[in-house]
Amino acid sequence: MSEADVDRNRRHFLTIATAVTGGAGIALAAIPFLSSLKPSARAQALGAPVEVPLGTLEPGEMVRVLWRGKLVFVVRRSQEMLDRLGKAVDFLRDPNSEEVGMQPEYAANEYRSVKPEYLVVEGSCTHLGCAPLAQFEVGPAEDWFGGFFCPCHGSRFDLAGRVYKGVPAPTNLRVPPYRYIQDDVIMIGAESGGA
Amino acid sequence: MARIESEIGKPQGGFMKWIDDRFPFTETMRYHATEYYASKNFNWWYIFGVLAMVVLVIQLVTGIFLTMNYKPSAEDAFASVEYIMRDVEWGWLIRYMHSTGASFFFIVVYLHMFRAMLYGSYKKPRELIWIIGMLIFFVLMAEAFAGYLLPWGNMSYWGAQVIISLFGAIPFVGEALVEIIRGDYSISDITLNRFFALHVIALPLALIALVFVHIVALHEVGSNNPDGVEIKEHKGPDGKPLDGIAFHPYHTSKDLVGIVVFMMVFSAVMFFSPDMGGYFLEHANFEPANLTATPEHIAPVWYFTPYYAILRAVPDKLWGAILMAGAVLLPLFLPWLDRSRVKSIRYRGWIYKVALGLFALSFIVLGWLGLQPAEGLYVQMARVCSVIYFLFFILMPYYTTIDKTKPVPDRVVYHG
Amino acid sequence: MVKILKTSTIAATLLLGGQVLAAGSALDLHKANNDPDNKQSLQRGARNYMNYCSGCHSAQYVRFNSIARDLEIPEDQVIANLMFNAEKTFETITVNMPADDAARWFGRTPPDLSLMARAKGTDYVFSFLKGFYIDPDSPTGVDNLYLGGTSMPHALWELQGFQAAVFVEGEPNQEGLRPMVFERFEPVSSGSMSPEQFDEFVRDTVNFLEYISEPIRATRRVLGVWVLIFLGFFFIVASMLKKQIWKDVPK
Repeated sequence: MSEADVDRNRRHFLTIATAVTGGAGIALAAIPFLSSLKPSARAQALGAPVEVPLGTLEPGEMVRVLWRGKLVFVVRRSQEMLDRLGKAVDFLRDPNSEEVGMQPEYAANEYRSVKPEYLVVEGSCTHLGCAPLAQFEVGPAEDWFGGFFCPCHGSRFDLAGRVYKGVPAPTNLRVPPYRYIQDDVIMIGAESGGA
Repeated sequence: MARIESEIGKPQGGFMKWIDDRFPFTETMRYHATEYYASKNFNWWYIFGVLAMVVLVIQLVTGIFLTMNYKPSAEDAFASVEYIMRDVEWGWLIRYMHSTGASFFFIVVYLHMFRAMLYGSYKKPRELIWIIGMLIFFVLMAEAFAGYLLPWGNMSYWGAQVIISLFGAIPFVGEALVEIIRGDYSISDITLNRFFALHVIALPLALIALVFVHIVALHEVGSNNPDGVEIKEHKGPDGKPLDGIAFHPYHTSKDLVGIVVFMMVFSAVMFFSPDMGGYFLEHANFEPANLTATPEHIAPVWYFTPYYAILRAVPDKLWGAILMAGAVLLPLFLPWLDRSRVKSIRYRGWIYKVALGLFALSFIVLGWLGLQPAEGLYVQMARVCSVIYFLFFILMPYYTTIDKTKPVPDRVVYHG
Repeated sequence: MVKILKTSTIAATLLLGGQVLAAGSALDLHKANNDPDNKQSLQRGARNYMNYCSGCHSAQYVRFNSIARDLEIPEDQVIANLMFNAEKTFETITVNMPADDAARWFGRTPPDLSLMARAKGTDYVFSFLKGFYIDPDSPTGVDNLYLGGTSMPHALWELQGFQAAVFVEGEPNQEGLRPMVFERFEPVSSGSMSPEQFDEFVRDTVNFLEYISEPIRATRRVLGVWVLIFLGFFFIVASMLKKQIWKDVPK
């Protein structure tokens, strides 16, 4: 190998080594900048789990609460309302909550809740994020057994937040993580455990 | 010795041709990089231009990310800075980068200007480069001053109070002008809000535009060198300056080494002493602005102190302000004040060397004096240094004419 | 250039000498000598702060969970031992006392201490906390050597006890008057701690104050070492490349 070839190889190697080191440096330097875009400690503090007492809720009543700035519906379903859930099944896209990620595992049941009596769903239409309206009465449409109706583009959900077929919303309403910290108090946003 | 060519030929086809037919990409790269010839005998004084670019980029990038979390209101500003320092993930790093960068900007720019004075880089045909550079320096001072108010610490507040009051010294219009600058009867939320607008939009735009023009002008004329020889006067048969080497890859590979060394110094300060003993981040600025209590020692940040010392050396408000403004503006006229036949200090006589040495010394001492209380011996010293500072410029047409110069070689001196 | 630097160094030395003369005799601060890397000291300081300071002084930028993380205290212990005014660990250190009431009782709102150590220096805070002495003319019964006329009462009297300050006539000044100069403290009543124990108590507290004034201090120093190691490696590679490329440049 001639001296020129040695030089050429050496230069080629050093150029790549420098480019790789410099590139790694820039990539490492980018980490803090990108990480700074994540929710800050204050955002996390403000988005901390919220407690919702259920004791004052009458059957058939709903409360709206905010968790991390998101609307959450808490509905106390009467036995009669729970009975209606079965009737809607044929008209629903995902009646058995098979879509993963739309509810914690402990709420992937026919009631989409920890205790059947209390439904906790995010009040955000899975189409484009509008807040659905509560329409718990049956009818007038034949297939309507009560649930949530989105005024923006007409998506419909039943009393367990399950989406109807043939509407723009692709999935059931999302169930946020929550757990019972007492028999009649839930903590929305608390990750661990369904009980 | 094998010569390895690294020419970018004009693309004959493909993507680059498609681009070049629509935008002069290859041509621009050639003109400004691969076929921009700069002298091969640059020493390390020539690193500060590129370092100023590096700091500018650091300030722009960190500034954008700070703006995402900072709140420009008297009520929230101080707390939002602490929010960045504590609650935003890595916010402290971004903030320290920005505050350290501010001081390093001036270190680099002062050294860059001193380089020009060492080697006569402002002399014909580079007068315009120097003037644009001075304009960059003025905008940078305004940028730094506006930025210093934003944390709304006690030193921010009172420092701004003192500097803005200076404009009140202007006869007739002074008081009205001060109110227009503040937008209020004292420094307030309104002042902070408009300084924020200046700091993050108006002045950075001006800065970027001027830096662009500075480089365009430089590449039109060509870079000076430590010998002050025009390399374009000796071209080889290929039309390239014999003493010139392509900016890329030669100067870029050299500059990279300088940049890495600079980053090491920068990091050492930023990670181990971001306050720099109270010079980069002043202690009093860790208290929120207090409209009823001036900090014990009120001094501007270190990079303004030479001019501040000149201001305080004069016992009259108007004349103090005039002399301070004069001290800032005088270097603008260097290209015409300097009558020497040679550019570089290497071929100048002892008079200029002594003059430049005294000037540099007086500038440094003034900077130090600006941080001390204005009393007794300090004021006397500031007066002596101020006189030296001004005489350096005022007497320059005279002493550069009589100074004995040495013969300048035809070609640059380079020993490899 | 070297000459210029040398000259300026000499000049600076002369000037600094001048400064010492001009500055005269201010009160010397005690050295805090605290060690922010000492986790045990910081943990004790956190306890001291919450027990003796947090009744009046907030640290509104400091979250309990970051104290737990940085000082390596389990969160349940933080909840049990440190959180008197807060319910959740992500809350910041606040006071229950409304600012208006505080201003009425003390003459001014007790300052927030998040940044006190950084604004004033640890030596100052250390000296200040040790500097209360009996002054019958003051509404709180005490004054402070380092902040005359302070409206803060001697919050640590149970630990330190009370002391009196002894002033003597100093050197005559320019007008020929002899100003009174502080000479020493004399204990009047003893507290529950010996002077050495009290010093340690204050040192731990000041240490904690330094920590909360810049919670990422430890992180940045560790990270800084790694960054410099990386840049050192980068320097070697870049230098080799530069040398290689510059082989082409004719002498």
